[in-house]
Amino acid sequence: MPRHDIVIVGAGPGGYVAAIRGAQLGFDVAVVEKEAALGGTCVRVGCIPSKALLESSELYLEARGHLTEHGVNAKEVTLDLAAMQARKRRVVERNTDGVAFLFKKNHVTRYQGVGELKGGGKVRVHGADGPEELDATHIVLATGSMPVSLPGVTLDGDLIGTSTEALAYDRVPESLVVIGAGYIGLELGSVWARLGAEVTVLEYLDRILPGLDLGTANDALKLLKRQGLRFHLGARVTGARLTGKGKSRHVVVEVEGADPVPAARVLVAVGRRPATEGLGLEVAGVELDEGGRVTVDAAFATSAEGVYAIGDLTAGPMLAHRAEEDGVALMENLAGGHARVDYDLVPGVVYTDPEIATVGRSEEQLAEAGVPYRKGVFPFSANGRARALGRTDGRVKILAHRDTDRVLGVHVIGPRAGDLIAEAVAAMTFHASAEDLARTIHAHPTLAEVVKEAALAVDGRAIHM
Amino acid sequence: MPVDLKVPSVGESITEVFIGSWLKREGESVEKDEAVVEVETDKATLEVPASVSGVLSQVLKQEGDAAAVGEVIARIEPGAVAAAGRAPERVAAASPEGAPGDGDEGAPEGAAGRVEAEARARGGAGPTVMPAADRLLREHDLDAARVPASGPGGRLLKEDVQRYLAAEGEAPGAAEAAPPPAGRREEVVPMSPLRRRVAQRLVQAQQAAALLTTFNEVDMSAVMALRKTYRDEFESRYQVRLGFMSFFVKAAIDALKRFPQLNAEIREDTIVYKDYFDIGVAVSSQKGLVVPVVRDAERLSFAELESVIGDFGRRARENRLTPEELQGGTFTISNGGVFGSLMSTPIVNPPQSGVLGMHAIQERPVAVNGQVEIRPMMYLALTYDHRLVDGREAVTFLKRIKEAVESPARILLEV
Repeated sequence: MPRHDIVIVGAGPGGYVAAIRGAQLGFDVAVVEKEAALGGTCVRVGCIPSKALLESSELYLEARGHLTEHGVNAKEVTLDLAAMQARKRRVVERNTDGVAFLFKKNHVTRYQGVGELKGGGKVRVHGADGPEELDATHIVLATGSMPVSLPGVTLDGDLIGTSTEALAYDRVPESLVVIGAGYIGLELGSVWARLGAEVTVLEYLDRILPGLDLGTANDALKLLKRQGLRFHLGARVTGARLTGKGKSRHVVVEVEGADPVPAARVLVAVGRRPATEGLGLEVAGVELDEGGRVTVDAAFATSAEGVYAIGDLTAGPMLAHRAEEDGVALMENLAGGHARVDYDLVPGVVYTDPEIATVGRSEEQLAEAGVPYRKGVFPFSANGRARALGRTDGRVKILAHRDTDRVLGVHVIGPRAGDLIAEAVAAMTFHASAEDLARTIHAHPTLAEVVKEAALAVDGRAIHM
Repeated sequence: MPVDLKVPSVGESITEVFIGSWLKREGESVEKDEAVVEVETDKATLEVPASVSGVLSQVLKQEGDAAAVGEVIARIEPGAVAAAGRAPERVAAASPEGAPGDGDEGAPEGAAGRVEAEARARGGAGPTVMPAADRLLREHDLDAARVPASGPGGRLLKEDVQRYLAAEGEAPGAAEAAPPPAGRREEVVPMSPLRRRVAQRLVQAQQAAALLTTFNEVDMSAVMALRKTYRDEFESRYQVRLGFMSFFVKAAIDALKRFPQLNAEIREDTIVYKDYFDIGVAVSSQKGLVVPVVRDAERLSFAELESVIGDFGRRARENRLTPEELQGGTFTISNGGVFGSLMSTPIVNPPQSGVLGMHAIQERPVAVNGQVEIRPMMYLALTYDHRLVDGREAVTFLKRIKEAVESPARILLEV
């Protein structure tokens, strides 16, 4: 029976990063992954392919319209969706191959198959050539999450699908109904809207991007509407049925108290749940909480000795970078270190156009907690670089404690917000005050100057307003 | 290899000192055991001697900087000899306390001080300072090392400085207050640790205790006559002058034995009586009045008392009292008379419950047996903590001291 110091089940961002870090620290690490390609949801059917399509579709839109503004006239811009999808696949392959290369480089053993706990430090791998049992000192569960649907909405893997299908449509649907106005729905809704689909977003709540700072979400709503996405907020979807035959085959989405919405395709993006089935958790004695998540302590230990869980399987934001940090911290702790992950400082990015990025607390959270704060807001429209780029939508909002000036939350909607937020996360990690950010030199002309100006605006002394 | 000059342990419970003045400058020769620098605590100033002979090669802390006990504040290159013609000016220029606004002349000095402070802020000896904290430190002329840092990796945050300022009772932004009108100047000088400590204790005494003062006067004729009679004999025998202080200490102890409340203290909800008499005696030093404590004063003779108090006075003037000598005490005798005060209300030194104030001796007409006579008179004041001492006891206590000083035989006979 093969023996390893650490056996990790799942090769997503949590699992593969943990494997590499573990190997760096001198452990004999093995990874069990059911898919042939490594990288998990994020690399194969999540973050990476969606970003590829978002970029491609944005360029298409640009070539069709905005380029003339720059004095660049392109004639007969056409869409080759097959080529766009092929490029996406190449981008994904480059990344999955990259993970495989890193495994080789770090001598991480790879087993292909479904991993199942057998208790007592044993993991059975159900591979193509029959089961194989592994013996491990430490077992790390990193199987991530999978999309959920709504009652009455049955995923058929074709017209009614999840993000996985929506990343691979071979034709631009005439109409697309997106159920759920979270970041997945808005990103993929944007892709297909740019490529020509009539996109309608149905959201149960009366706002989009639940959990995000409300003011920022409302700004996003306005901008997305301007781009042609239609929103139906406060809409409770009660069912989706297939109707018609052949070419006229389509879906009708039922909404409580409103007219049914017909659509060529439906994207269900109402959330994700931990992927715990078939893992043998009961046999191993790994307990779940009432939300079906694996219960872990601060050191990622589950209720079963020697079994740990990280990332989407456990409570906390379901984000790739958070799973990566979990994996690194766990490995360092197993090697005798004392790493920890500050879940209050996990940034979130929505790759719409413009991007939305956020870290720390929202205005609503601060108000609810009774924390007095000051707000500094600065628009990209007053930034030289943004004007040169022709991307002046959006703004940076910084929330700082009224008395101590400590930065408590940063909410960016605007060009490259996902990159701009990094500065805010670093600053907050160092417990910076808004004044610290304001006193940090920012190169000119850059988009990052908007962050600095917003920090100045906290104290009412923005320069360029 | 240079030898480190470290802040010595200056007494229990003291973890931090402030650099007073450098008696040696960078580049100057020092002898073993020669004083190199003065350090101040909130109690006293003391000298740190060199552990080896050599050259003071590096000064790491400037005057006014805080330093922890055990921290390296300078380095001495053993055996080296000072290079001729080099020395002083560097240390002199680095003093961060240069008076502001001295016109053109002062400018280069200020700039030099700023560079120094910057070097410190960027990770010399002190903590890593965040930019906004740095601004606030400069605004309030504060040393980073003085402010407790709470940020990750010991970083000093803006909020740390705000907290420090709030605790110091100085609202942030106070330094931005309007400048004084043209032609007039205000000089902002940081309080010395000694001054700050004194201020704290005095305010504490006023707030925590119920202080009341009672007065009396004493005819010094008998003590003066006694001194005159035995002065030479006493001096040749004990090599110390027979002063007034020993009489008052003796008289006070006699009275304290009769009224133990005045030798007691309040601790929480209890009263703690003491069977020992550690008498604080106010003596003047360069930095104001200090109160070293005569331990077990009840066991000392007149000569021993005079000798101990005389030694305190000398060392106070030289700034050489140790912090231990300034701690504790069960009762205090203050002498405003040395400065000419005729009457005053001294403040109790907590947690003590009484302080006796002596004053100037002045010839005044007094009625003695129906006759007006000119007598050397001194007013006495007793400030007491009314929580512990009743008015009748306080008045009788002071009257007992008066009687003992007026007829010193009472001290001998204990009547």
